[in-house]
Amino acid sequence: MKKRIFSLVLVAILLASTLLSGCGSGNDQPSGGGADDVIKFGVIGPITGDYSQYGGSVEEGSKLAAEEINAAGGIDGTMIEIVAYDSKGDGTEAVNAYNRLRDQDGITALIGATFSGETLAIKEIVIEDGMPVLTPTATNEQVTLNAPNVFRACYLDPQQGSTAAIFSMDTLGATKAAVLYNTEDPYSEGLAVAFRDTFAQNGTVTNYEGYTVNDMDFRSILTVIQAQGPDVIFLPDYTAKVGVILDQIDELNMDVICIGGDGWDGIETDYAEVAEGHYFVNHYAKSDPSDLVQNFISAYEAKWGKTPNALAALGYDATFIMVEAIKSAGSTDAEAIVTALAATDMDAVTGHITFDANGDPQKSISIIQIVDGDHFLAGKVEVD
Amino acid sequence: MTIFLQQIINGLSVGSIYAVIALGYTMVYGIIRLINFAHGEIMMMGAYFAFVTVSAMGMPFYLVLIVSMALAALLGIAVETMAYRPLRKAPRISALITAIGMSLFLQNLALVIFRPEPKRMPPVIPRFPVRIGPLQIGTVTITTIILSIVFMILLDFFVKKTKPGKAMRAVSEDKEASLLMGINVNRTISITFAIGSALGALGGVLYSVSYTQVFPTMGVMPGLKAFVAAVLGGIGLIPGAMLGGFVIGMVETLSKSYISSQWSDAIVFGILIIVLLFKPTGILGKNEKEKV
Repeated sequence: MKKRIFSLVLVAILLASTLLSGCGSGNDQPSGGGADDVIKFGVIGPITGDYSQYGGSVEEGSKLAAEEINAAGGIDGTMIEIVAYDSKGDGTEAVNAYNRLRDQDGITALIGATFSGETLAIKEIVIEDGMPVLTPTATNEQVTLNAPNVFRACYLDPQQGSTAAIFSMDTLGATKAAVLYNTEDPYSEGLAVAFRDTFAQNGTVTNYEGYTVNDMDFRSILTVIQAQGPDVIFLPDYTAKVGVILDQIDELNMDVICIGGDGWDGIETDYAEVAEGHYFVNHYAKSDPSDLVQNFISAYEAKWGKTPNALAALGYDATFIMVEAIKSAGSTDAEAIVTALAATDMDAVTGHITFDANGDPQKSISIIQIVDGDHFLAGKVEVD
Repeated sequence: MTIFLQQIINGLSVGSIYAVIALGYTMVYGIIRLINFAHGEIMMMGAYFAFVTVSAMGMPFYLVLIVSMALAALLGIAVETMAYRPLRKAPRISALITAIGMSLFLQNLALVIFRPEPKRMPPVIPRFPVRIGPLQIGTVTITTIILSIVFMILLDFFVKKTKPGKAMRAVSEDKEASLLMGINVNRTISITFAIGSALGALGGVLYSVSYTQVFPTMGVMPGLKAFVAAVLGGIGLIPGAMLGGFVIGMVETLSKSYISSQWSDAIVFGILIIVLLFKPTGILGKNEKEKV
């Protein structure tokens, strides 16, 4: 009898805790006044947990933009508000977050999600709702396909890989290149394929090798690559793995230039010495002398106390793009906003933004070189 | 030819780390017939001890090594006393399950304390290029190979020439008889765990310096491969672990260079299956019937 009661109480407590944890796990903004007095933008991304730097940056960039827009009078007098929810990088959480934003907060538009995986998870729902969606950072091709109301502020993975190849051939004068990518990551593979296909048009791809997530020893494969004497090695992975590979390239004293994708952003934190002199493709460069970029950097540093990374810049740009669209639409009607978005033509921190038929931006891509442990803008490639 | 020689050096570097970790597996199996699946995690904790020591206190390499090995030895003794000793008289499967549980426990403990992101191991071994003819060898690689061989020689001396070493051999051969001969079996087993864990920590420190990172699951793959190495060389035999480690290191490196980098793990684990099918006592093992 006692055991029965005990287990019933336990079940009741567990049920109650799951219900309670469903509410309030997120970054609720208190809505001052009625919902009609502000225009709300939703932001979804990993704000806590292992990937918090990514979602956190987008949220910070977005909120900085909102602050500046409101200081300039908002959208014809109406203030905008950013409501950010934590997805923890998970698709299911992203769906929950979106539902909450749509139903409880009544957002007008969505700046999200941050990761390609999450954005793909909510894609069908937002298409059904017709919600104007501008993802700042999801680079996977599928995100905007067959989705007339989904746009993105960043370039696509195939464009990154292709740009890296073009830069290697045209600016670095490379005739032979090797590719070393992560076979278990579609991001890495997507970049690798794009690089190889573009480079093979005018040069020789000497090695096209893959590794798995658990691999740490690359010396044997680097020795094999070294024997082929490539001018450039393409390493499309995130900083943790790239750092290990660069370290071993340095140890083997290989005479080669390395180039990577936007996953390299932040490599100078832990691996500055071995990344010195190498290149990667990014969304913007901190050293870009244009006023737009420098003003953004100073404002961000003043508000958040750190230098903005590419995701913060994209979150900032996405917010401005959305606001411009609402202004030119002259209303908060979803369809009008989507039409206005498609006609966007403006300058932003990460480049000049116009959208193609899919909702992908046509903008230039920055190539960063690590010089003296910091980012140096080595070039910009126009994407057609 | 140069490439082949370079790959041999790469293989020696990888293999020496596996050999040092395999020693821990083989010593523990030799003395209490238990495959200590938590050994890979001892290696990981050793690496973290080193990481904390270097980052927080900026000690030189040899001090870091000593501290890490000492702490790992204590951890090994603690694990043995708490988790394995109470199950000495229980069926073998209970201890095996506990070992797996201990492995998961330590992994998650590290996850909670240190967070999952890989952390950069500060370069404690100074870097400068060393050329021997056309070959390029890193200072880290040289240190790894030399330190591993030195400690293996020390272990060999310890086991053959010292009293506690002889006691270890006696307990491995016959536990009851050793008790009758007045050997303190519990203490001998603790010493075995201490030494095995210290060597595991050595492997962990060398691994983290060689690959520049520490992360909570870093012990899983090397632990499994070192286990394969121990079985390949002859589980329970110290020279077997050393031989097995270098062989597996070579197989992994050469298959990455000449076959395919994606097949190398499959080949290494395939060796485990083949060994167990055809010569379960390993290369150096004798075909004696085990009394169950």
